[in-house]
Amino acid sequence: MAQLQSIAAPEQYNYDIVRKFTIMALFWGILGMSAGLYAALELAFPAFNLDIAQITFGRLRPVHTTLVIFGFGGCALFATSYYVVQRTCQARLWGSALANFTFWGWQAVLALGALSYMWGYSQGREYAEFPWPIDILIAVVWVAYLLIYVQTLRRRSQPHIYVANWFYLGFILATALLHIFNNLAVPVGMSSMASYSAFAGVQDAMTQWWYGHNAVGFFLTAAFLGMMYYFVPKQAGRPVYSYRLSIIHFWALVFLYMWAGAHHLHWTALPDWTSTLAATFSIMLLLPSWGGMINGIMTLSGAWEKLRTDPIMLFLITALSFYGMATFEGPLMSLKSVNALSHYTDWTIGHVHSGALGWVAMITFGSMYHLVPRLYDTKIHSIRLIYVHFWLASIGIVLYITSMWVAGIGQGLLLRGFDDYGNLAYSFIETVTFLHQPYVWRALGGAFFLSGVLVMAYNTWRTIANGKREAAEVEARLSAKLARAWYRRVTWSNQE
Amino acid sequence: MWDWMQWFTHMENSKVLALVLFFVLFCGILLYVYADRNRSKRLESYKYIPLQDDDDEKKTSAERKVK
Repeated sequence: MAQLQSIAAPEQYNYDIVRKFTIMALFWGILGMSAGLYAALELAFPAFNLDIAQITFGRLRPVHTTLVIFGFGGCALFATSYYVVQRTCQARLWGSALANFTFWGWQAVLALGALSYMWGYSQGREYAEFPWPIDILIAVVWVAYLLIYVQTLRRRSQPHIYVANWFYLGFILATALLHIFNNLAVPVGMSSMASYSAFAGVQDAMTQWWYGHNAVGFFLTAAFLGMMYYFVPKQAGRPVYSYRLSIIHFWALVFLYMWAGAHHLHWTALPDWTSTLAATFSIMLLLPSWGGMINGIMTLSGAWEKLRTDPIMLFLITALSFYGMATFEGPLMSLKSVNALSHYTDWTIGHVHSGALGWVAMITFGSMYHLVPRLYDTKIHSIRLIYVHFWLASIGIVLYITSMWVAGIGQGLLLRGFDDYGNLAYSFIETVTFLHQPYVWRALGGAFFLSGVLVMAYNTWRTIANGKREAAEVEARLSAKLARAWYRRVTWSNQE
Repeated sequence: MWDWMQWFTHMENSKVLALVLFFVLFCGILLYVYADRNRSKRLESYKYIPLQDDDDEKKTSAERKVK
């Protein structure tokens, strides 16, 4: 019976696909964050461009954003969603071959995308720079992902679909919608990587930011909330604070997010009512965002001591705190008067990283530290290294965000400074000179954060190695036991 | 016959209509979730789903003695 129990979970569920996506999440994370660190160094010290076209800032920046969002974040979402849907439905993942197709298809998208940007092929749409042939591949992979997810939900043995799956499914559906409409384009030719957008002028900008903001809303928020609603209760060993609040959280978030994208286009050719509407919905978004954050944090109510003893819990709760901070800062920046100062400055970059590093990456790290030992049926190699990672990441985020606040607010004030005669008080180059020091601090923050991820990669590698060794030992003991039983039976039958 | 459909094509009508529809729907969800005590109890019981498979994962294979 003990033997049966020990192999039950890996046999019952498809963990192989989860393992593959988990490892690749770390791989793309290291690559993407390294690209980001190098791009940050290029901004602080332009000599780092080395006169090599492929690694200039303009080409490296989409490599960084693509690899961290779709590589690190995307693979982590594939891994955790495939894990969570199986565990909460108590059913094996539908379509193993198709799941493998989503894995290889997604890896191809990432590799081809990064290479195409470095060699100068880009659509020029933020967070959607992939040339049109790669966009088609993404759409095919995504439809396969949706099919696997829905079919697994249909074969569930649990009558109710747990709320984490609602968030994951919302993310899959919304991303499909966003991707297809944002990338409607006419290729220049079948042998050309270039294409023309189906939209023109301000409508093109509107479509781009409808996509851009909802990529943040559904890819980087809703999906990671799905992660939160499973891994926070699991790690805490207690259920989520309020299930009813999680239902309201889901519907409110889904209703409100789609309207907020136009706040990226304040003070442009976009009609004024559209950007006012977007700002209004952005303010309203504060309610479900904080409702969700409180729901996650209050899961620990009555067990706060876990924050002192469990570094994984520390990652998860800190992530929720950053989620709260970023979702307060976002609505604040969506106000037209604040946006007049913050837009086109590094404050925006700081805000994005407050969400991306503080919320997305921290919740992913916490979830992966919970997940990896279970995938390999072992214990984590080093708890102490998780603490090291946590502090490196936290220091890195604080350095990053504060330097970008200084850079952005300073830059905004310099660009808006007038003298007594109404002339600009500062020249553009003065703002560039001012940015040098915060840029150096930002790169340092990035280096801290990346070094934490390297520590995590080492810890994960050692954990996997331990798991494989223990599995081999169990198998050897089992074989020895079977051999002994067989020997005893043979000698017994000979005596008879 | 279908002239009344023209009413929806005016943005000043359709925007308000959409707002009313979504708001009413959202209020409906709020009422559905919080109004009925038995339903509330049933909904809250679903929060234990992730914890239902905890028992067999407390120990690793290596720790479970193969007897």
